[in-house]
Amino acid sequence: MFRGNFIDNLPKIYGIYTGGFIAFIILMAIGEQMGMTKDAIGICFVGFTIFIYAAIGWLSRTAQASNYYVAGRQVPTVFNGMATAADWMSGASFVAMAGGIYFKGYGYMALLVGWTGGYVLVATLLAPYLRKFGCYTVPDFVGTRYNGNGARLMAVIVLTVASFTYVTAQITATGRIASVALNLEFEIAVYVGLASILLCSMLGGMRGVTWTQVAQYIVLIIAYLLPVFWISNNIGAGFFPHFMLADEVARIGELEEQFGFVKNSKEALATLPEWKKLAGITKAHSEVNATPWQFISLALAMMMGTASLPHVMMRYFTTPSVKAARKSVGWSVFFIFLLYSSAPMLATLSKLALIDPDLPTGIIGRSIAEVQALDWYQNWNQAKLMVVQDFDGDGILQLNELFMNGDAVVLATPEIAGLPYVISGLVAAGGLAAAMSTADGLILAIANAISHDVYYKMIDPRAETAKRLVVARVLLFVFGVAGASMAALQLTGILGAVIWAFDFAMSGLFWPLVLGIWWKRANKEGAIAGMALGLISGTAYLVYMETGGTAILGIVSNTFGILGSTVSLIAMVVVSLMTSKPDAATQKMVDNARVPAGASIISGQK
Amino acid sequence: MATNNEKHWDKTKGLLMVTLAIWAIFSMGIFLFGAQMNEVTGPFGYPLTYWFTCQGSLAIFVILIFWFANRQEKIDEEFGFSERGED
Repeated sequence: MFRGNFIDNLPKIYGIYTGGFIAFIILMAIGEQMGMTKDAIGICFVGFTIFIYAAIGWLSRTAQASNYYVAGRQVPTVFNGMATAADWMSGASFVAMAGGIYFKGYGYMALLVGWTGGYVLVATLLAPYLRKFGCYTVPDFVGTRYNGNGARLMAVIVLTVASFTYVTAQITATGRIASVALNLEFEIAVYVGLASILLCSMLGGMRGVTWTQVAQYIVLIIAYLLPVFWISNNIGAGFFPHFMLADEVARIGELEEQFGFVKNSKEALATLPEWKKLAGITKAHSEVNATPWQFISLALAMMMGTASLPHVMMRYFTTPSVKAARKSVGWSVFFIFLLYSSAPMLATLSKLALIDPDLPTGIIGRSIAEVQALDWYQNWNQAKLMVVQDFDGDGILQLNELFMNGDAVVLATPEIAGLPYVISGLVAAGGLAAAMSTADGLILAIANAISHDVYYKMIDPRAETAKRLVVARVLLFVFGVAGASMAALQLTGILGAVIWAFDFAMSGLFWPLVLGIWWKRANKEGAIAGMALGLISGTAYLVYMETGGTAILGIVSNTFGILGSTVSLIAMVVVSLMTSKPDAATQKMVDNARVPAGASIISGQK
Repeated sequence: MATNNEKHWDKTKGLLMVTLAIWAIFSMGIFLFGAQMNEVTGPFGYPLTYWFTCQGSLAIFVILIFWFANRQEKIDEEFGFSERGED
C-alpha cells in the first residue's frame, strides 16, 4: 500500500488516520444509541486518542541528534503548518479563549488579532533567518550571534521562565479535562495528563512531537468545528455559522438590553461558593467596550510575544529550506485561522443557547429549582465550574445570577445546547489534544535548550550523541514533573498564565532576536543587558501590579511585556553603542544569514 | 557601487516595510477607531469592528504572509540567491 519513503506517503497516512477517527466518532455515536454510559464514552475518547499519540511517539523513536532536535529537517511546509498550529493552539485557545470572549467581549477579542498577527512578525523578521542559521534551539542562535556563553545562558533563562509559566497552564488544562472526562480528582488527573504528554516526546524528541502534533491538530479541529456547525443548524441560525450569525449577534444585543447588566453587590457575591474564577455575564457581547489602548496594547503584547516564544520558533527549524520556512508560517496561520474565526461563533451560539428564553435550552427566566434539576447543570456544578444563586429571592433565574468558570464554556456547550454526549466526548478529546500538543512543544523547548545549550555547549562539548540524548530525556522528565506539581497547586487560571508567558518571552527575547538579524551593530554586551533588564523590569512590574499597584500608561498585568520589552530595547541599544562593535567574523555571519542560499551557518548541525 | 548582496538586502528591507505597514494598519491602526467603526455594518451583516476582530484582520494576515513569501522568493531569485530543491 505504501511505496516510497515516509515523507511522500504523509498525505495518504494522515488521510487514512482522519477517516479512521471519523469512523471512531460514528462508532461511539452508535454506542451511545445502544446505551453506552457517559463515563464509558468519555474514557473511550480520551483513551483511544492518547493510545494513537503514544503509538506515533513510539514509531518515531530515534537515536540521532538531528532527528531528536529538528526532526531531521525534512518536514514539508503544509504538515509543518499543521504541527505548528497544534503546537500553538493550546488549552488556552481551545478551552479558555472562547470563554474569555464570552465573558469579556471585545476586550478579549484582541487575543484573536494578537495570536494571528504575531505570525506576520515571525515570517518577516525571524523565522527564515533563524532557519538559515541552522540552529537546534533559540538560545543556540543567541549564543552564536552574540558569541559567548553569557548570552546563551541568559537566553536559556528567559526561555525557561516563559515556557515553564506556559506549560503549567497546559498541564492544568489537561488535568481539568481528564478530571471531567475520566471522573478523577484534579490533583491525580494532572499526572495522568503528564504521563500521556511524556509518551509522545520522550522517545522521538522533535520527530515524535512533530508527527503527533499533526495527528493532534486533526483531532482538535474536528472537535472544535463540529459542535459549532451542529449547534448553528440545530437552533436554525444558519448552516454556515461564520457567515450567518449576524442576526444572532444582534439578538444577544437585544437580550442584553432587555435583561440589563445588574451589578451584584459585594455582600451578594460573598454568598457564592469559593471556587476559582467564577464569572458572570457583565460585558456586552459585540459592542466596543474597551478603550483603543486597552485593545491595542493587549494585541501588541501578544504579537511580540508570539515572535519571541521558542517553542513556536523551533518548529520552523524543521523545514527543509529557508523558503519552506516562510511558506510554512503562512500555512500555520491558515490552520490557526480555521479555529480562531470559529471561537467568537462558538461564544455567540453558546451564549444564545443559554440566555435566549425563546430557545428550549435557554435557562434565564426559568425557575431556579428547575435549572438546578438539569442533568448538565448538576455535572458542571459538581465539577465546581458552574453555579446559580438566587440573589433577589424571587425563585427565577436572572442574567446576573448565573456564574461559570470561563474554562468550562467550550467543554460544557455541547451538553447545554442539547447535543448527544458523544460530542462532549469529542470536545474533551480535542481539548486534550490541544493542551498536550502545546505542552509537548514547550517541555521539549526547555529540555532541549538545557541539554543542548547548557550541557553540550557549555559543560561537556565532547559528550557523545547517546549521552546527550539521555540527558535531554532526563530533563524532559524532570521539567514535566515540576510542571505537573505546579499545576496541581492551581495558582492561576489557564488563560491568565498563558498571557503572562507571552509577556515574559517578549520582555527578554524579542529585541535580542530581531536586532540580531536586523542590526549588525548589536553586540554581546547589549544583548545580555537587553535580556536581563527586560526580564527583570517586566517581572518587577508584574509583581508591582499584582500587589495592588496602579497602572502606569495603561499597562496592566496582562500587558507587562510592553514595559519589559521597551526597557530591553533601550538597554540593548545604549549598551551596544557604548561598547565595541562586533568583530568582523560576526558581521560576516549576519551578512550570510541574510542570504537564503548556501550552507547553514552553524556547521555540523545538518 | 553597491554589491549584489547590498542591493538584495535593500529590496528585502523595502518589502519588510510594506508588509509591516499593512500589518500595523490591520492589527492596531483600525482599532484606534473601534467604537466609531462598530456603528457601521460590515460584511455578512456583522458590526464592522466585531467582524474585523473575528474574521477580517485574521484573514488579511493569512493572505499577507503568503504574499510576502512569494515576493521574497522573487527577490531572492532576482539576485541569484534562490535555493535549490523543492519546498
